[in-house]
Amino acid sequence: MTDIAASPPRESSIAALTKHARYVLSENPVTGFAFALFVLIVLAAVFGPHVVPYDPLASDTSQSLKPPNAHHWFGTDQLGRDVFSRVVVATRLDFFIAVASVALVFLMGGLAGVAAGFFGGWTDRIVGRIADTIMAFPLFVLAMGIVAALGNTVQNIILATAIVNFPLYARIARAEANIRRDAGFVEAARLSGNSDWRILAFQILPNVFPILVVQMSLTMGYAILNAAGLSFIGLGVRPPTPEWGIMVADGASFMVSGEWWNAAFPGAALMVAVFCFNLLGDGLRDLVDPRRRT
Amino acid sequence: MKRRDFLRSVTALTAAAAVPAPAAWSPAKAQSRQETLLIVSESGPNNLDIHGVGTNVPGYEVSWNCYDRLISHEMKTLPNGTPYYDKDKIKPELAEDMNTGDMSVTFKLRKDATFQDGTPATAKDVKWSFDRSVTVGGFPTFQMSAGSLTKPEQFVVVDDHTFRVDFLKKDRLTIPDLAVIVPCVLNSELVKSKATEQDPWGLEFTKLNTVGSGAYKVTNWTAGSQVVLERNENWKGGPLPKLKRIIWRMVPDAGNRRALLERGDADVSYDLPNKDFSELKADGKLSIVSTPYSNGIQYLGMNVAHPPFDNVKVRYAIACAIPYQKIMDAVMYGLAKPMFGAAAEAPTEVAWPQPHKFNTDLAKAKQLLAEAGYPNGLPDPIQMSFDLGFAGVNEPTCVLVQESLAQIGIQTTINKVPGANWRTELTKKTMPLFTNVFSGWLDYPEYFFYWCYHSGKSIFNTMDYQSPQMDTLIDGARSAAATGDTAAYDKDVKGFVDLAYADMPRIPLYQPYVNVAMQKNITGYQYWFHRRLDYRTFAKG
Amino acid sequence: MLMMILKRLLMAVPSLIGVVIVTFLLTRALPGDPAAYFAGPAATPQAIQEIRVKLGLDKPLIVQFGRYVDDLAHGNLGTSLTTGRPVATELRNRLPASAELTLLGLIVSIVIAVPLGIIAATKPNSAIDHACRIVSTAGVSLPVFFTGLILIYVFYYLLGWAPAPLGRLDVFYTEPPHVTGFYLIDSLIARDPETFVAALKQLILPALTLGIFSLAPIARMTRASMLSVLSSDFVRTARASGLSTYTVIITYAFRNAMLPVITTLGMVFSFLLGANVLVEKVFAWPGIGSYAVEALLASDFAPVQGFVLTMAVMYVMLNLGIDVLYGLIDPRVRLEA
Repeated sequence: MTDIAASPPRESSIAALTKHARYVLSENPVTGFAFALFVLIVLAAVFGPHVVPYDPLASDTSQSLKPPNAHHWFGTDQLGRDVFSRVVVATRLDFFIAVASVALVFLMGGLAGVAAGFFGGWTDRIVGRIADTIMAFPLFVLAMGIVAALGNTVQNIILATAIVNFPLYARIARAEANIRRDAGFVEAARLSGNSDWRILAFQILPNVFPILVVQMSLTMGYAILNAAGLSFIGLGVRPPTPEWGIMVADGASFMVSGEWWNAAFPGAALMVAVFCFNLLGDGLRDLVDPRRRT
Repeated sequence: MKRRDFLRSVTALTAAAAVPAPAAWSPAKAQSRQETLLIVSESGPNNLDIHGVGTNVPGYEVSWNCYDRLISHEMKTLPNGTPYYDKDKIKPELAEDMNTGDMSVTFKLRKDATFQDGTPATAKDVKWSFDRSVTVGGFPTFQMSAGSLTKPEQFVVVDDHTFRVDFLKKDRLTIPDLAVIVPCVLNSELVKSKATEQDPWGLEFTKLNTVGSGAYKVTNWTAGSQVVLERNENWKGGPLPKLKRIIWRMVPDAGNRRALLERGDADVSYDLPNKDFSELKADGKLSIVSTPYSNGIQYLGMNVAHPPFDNVKVRYAIACAIPYQKIMDAVMYGLAKPMFGAAAEAPTEVAWPQPHKFNTDLAKAKQLLAEAGYPNGLPDPIQMSFDLGFAGVNEPTCVLVQESLAQIGIQTTINKVPGANWRTELTKKTMPLFTNVFSGWLDYPEYFFYWCYHSGKSIFNTMDYQSPQMDTLIDGARSAAATGDTAAYDKDVKGFVDLAYADMPRIPLYQPYVNVAMQKNITGYQYWFHRRLDYRTFAKG
Repeated sequence: MLMMILKRLLMAVPSLIGVVIVTFLLTRALPGDPAAYFAGPAATPQAIQEIRVKLGLDKPLIVQFGRYVDDLAHGNLGTSLTTGRPVATELRNRLPASAELTLLGLIVSIVIAVPLGIIAATKPNSAIDHACRIVSTAGVSLPVFFTGLILIYVFYYLLGWAPAPLGRLDVFYTEPPHVTGFYLIDSLIARDPETFVAALKQLILPALTLGIFSLAPIARMTRASMLSVLSSDFVRTARASGLSTYTVIITYAFRNAMLPVITTLGMVFSFLLGANVLVEKVFAWPGIGSYAVEALLASDFAPVQGFVLTMAVMYVMLNLGIDVLYGLIDPRVRLEA
């Protein structure tokens, strides 16, 4: 599906990409919308803790479980903490979990995959075996196992998410690198005396990168969902840290008694974020590979 | 299909006793909801035999209802109308008469009692069952030893229907210990026929089959999903239970359990968040019964063997910093008895639990901390642990304590320990700060203190508290109780309560309530020391 | 064909060995101490140590692993601490519950997602296309447990349309005689329409929860595959010969577009089997997923190992099955094999 000849000279590629991006955005308003949401999430992650009306950790038991009102826009939780402040402040941690796990898997899976595709042979076999083994696990249970065994810290949640996604990145990167291994521009580079590593770094990686970026956006949503699932079975981040997943999981038990806001608002925030990452992934896919939308 | 074989074998057993086949095999329509009790709870048994290896608490409930003990307790009525076991009044169950001598007690067994396969229940079954409980090791053996019952030689078959227990030493807890769940009577011939060389006590068989003379028998058990019990029509240990069938379903999500009760699909649950109990109580559509745990306390423990909690001033500072009332309101929703803030001049009573005299007072806490040499708070953060199995109460409690401690300069991180690992962590006695609940089956102050404050190896002395003075007082109270020396007993009990509150290795927060939510048409709930349900007295309609 | 199957099975062996080793190490790294659990409350350290010796947990890891592999070779998956039953029996009893739920979830998903994908593909970049994309993406944007809880809240608690979330059958129904373990099928075999309806009612909400979660990949794949088929020569020819749009899309394009979708289904199925652990917990479903979660939290080694191994074997078989199916449908693949 991807054409090697489609890699244009580097100078004009930026300009072309911008032009193409403008085209894709006008053609697909949903991607534009997702991009706007993404900016909002980033803003909340960066400035959230400075602008929220209340300390997200401060309890006030006289105000516990108040429905949304003028003082507490999203109501208060069991300990009287302001749900709005908690939801906003949680953005940073959730965004961090998403970005960090994706960056980690990009490094592990992406590099391993590219190396496997480029060098073939033993490298390929080893990476392939590792990916196969991970794939054969029920993924959520593997993530649970890792977090349960190593302890429920943010780092381990990130690590678990990254490991679970490893096969996906390794396979995509391998396939893309493999296609390009004997491509004309690689041959040219080789003939002009470049070493394998140099080719890998300057010819192969830059070309595989955009395809992985698409995947990254999609996996970011998965990372947040994964963290939420872990929270539901008690393996989430430590209390009292605000995190969407743990707020939804804790708040869910208040639904039947009518205090819907405890789960609904963090749930909505979580959904918007995951939704945005997914749509953005779709949009980026169009950007990177215009042919998919013919 | 093992489960079906199991069902078939139970059917065969019950057919011999001229009991209709388990209703699980009859058509759906024929089953009457009227004669069935549907219980929902978070988790279920892992073993149907309390003598089994690692039997969990839900398993105790099965044992209680499916086996008879020689004796049990009479009921008394609490001021709020709840029937409550009377620890001082013993009534016969499998025995019909009990005769306490100086160094032994003799039981006359009921002559008509039979096991569920029709075999008569005789003294040799009692002996075999008691031998088993003091020999298998683990929890049953330990519980028996709490009543100074440790050797098979203590259990003597006099004749088919006469059984004697010889005392090794005088112990006031011996008789009450014969009325707890552990000394239940099994069908010894049947179990022996299933025993193997590796498993001389037939634990593998009783894990899956109830072989007692009790009021109910398990006819279907899918671990983690449901337990179905049918009434034993030939039960002789008491009046025939009203309900033919008990279905106990495991529903992991607390919100769903409440929904099931509110919509009338489930009959009983004792397993809801406090908030739900308090709201359902106010709502009035269900009947809610709340009873304080007998001899039980939720506390904040500190490891006194290591700094900073080896300094009593620091412990006092913590005791002054706990937001007691906030916890009572926002976590317990008032469903607990405060164990703090007794009046300064209040005399110590010969009772347990009783409140300590600390109250939330952050200024005083800071001052105490300064006196202890930490004017700016503690230098390092402290890890505060709790049992994830009871996160509904523990997590908000810890968050509130954490916030309050931060105000006096003590930073904490909260550590959630999965339920199954909690005991391991307790055993290590290395957690610096933690919250936990302890409640003793036998409702005597010295029993509680023996478990929780004695320097011995009990795992419930989770603070690693060592005090020779405390040990002397506890041992003194135990021997005074055995000899009936009231004056010495009272003095020792007051002494160890005072010492516990002077040294403050653990800070009592409150005495929790056992809450049970039932449909309005369900009657007959009784509070037992084990806090689980007794199906035998329930009625519907 | 047979050679291909054999070859594929052989290729799966190393990753299965990998799964066995990784699972073993992972479960041993869990923080719990089975000996302390077994010893029960009030156990002394000596008692715990005795049990540790009895369970063989005092032996070096490699010896324990040897014993585990030996047991495995004899078909013994060990015994669960928390439920006290042999793991193999438990998994066998519980697998049909999970499989029935997951399959139905997959069917629900296909029934919704495939038409969505086709509609989106016929009018690319239209408002309908965007709407389809938003709907399917929204489904995958909520944590499954939350979707499940909301469905229960609305359809059981508020409206009372759905039956109580109490597992596979209402408590007052008797399970149909065991043939396949799938209640829907078994009740039909037993000619018991009442039980069939009761079982179906219990299945609707959890299946819907799973279905919603897997809309996106199926819809996306259907759309992409339809797009490429619609732009292919033979469809153009069919259109040019004046066939109706309906005939072209359904008879010509759809059939050919289904092949890649079937490949996706395999992936989605194994993905759903994983997601299902949370759904089972929410709906008190007596499947293998909820069993594994409880065991993992209780540091109960044997069920976790058994569960993971079962899932891994299923995953391998599933992929093999799909490849075989693919080969049967598409003669080109067979030639290449």
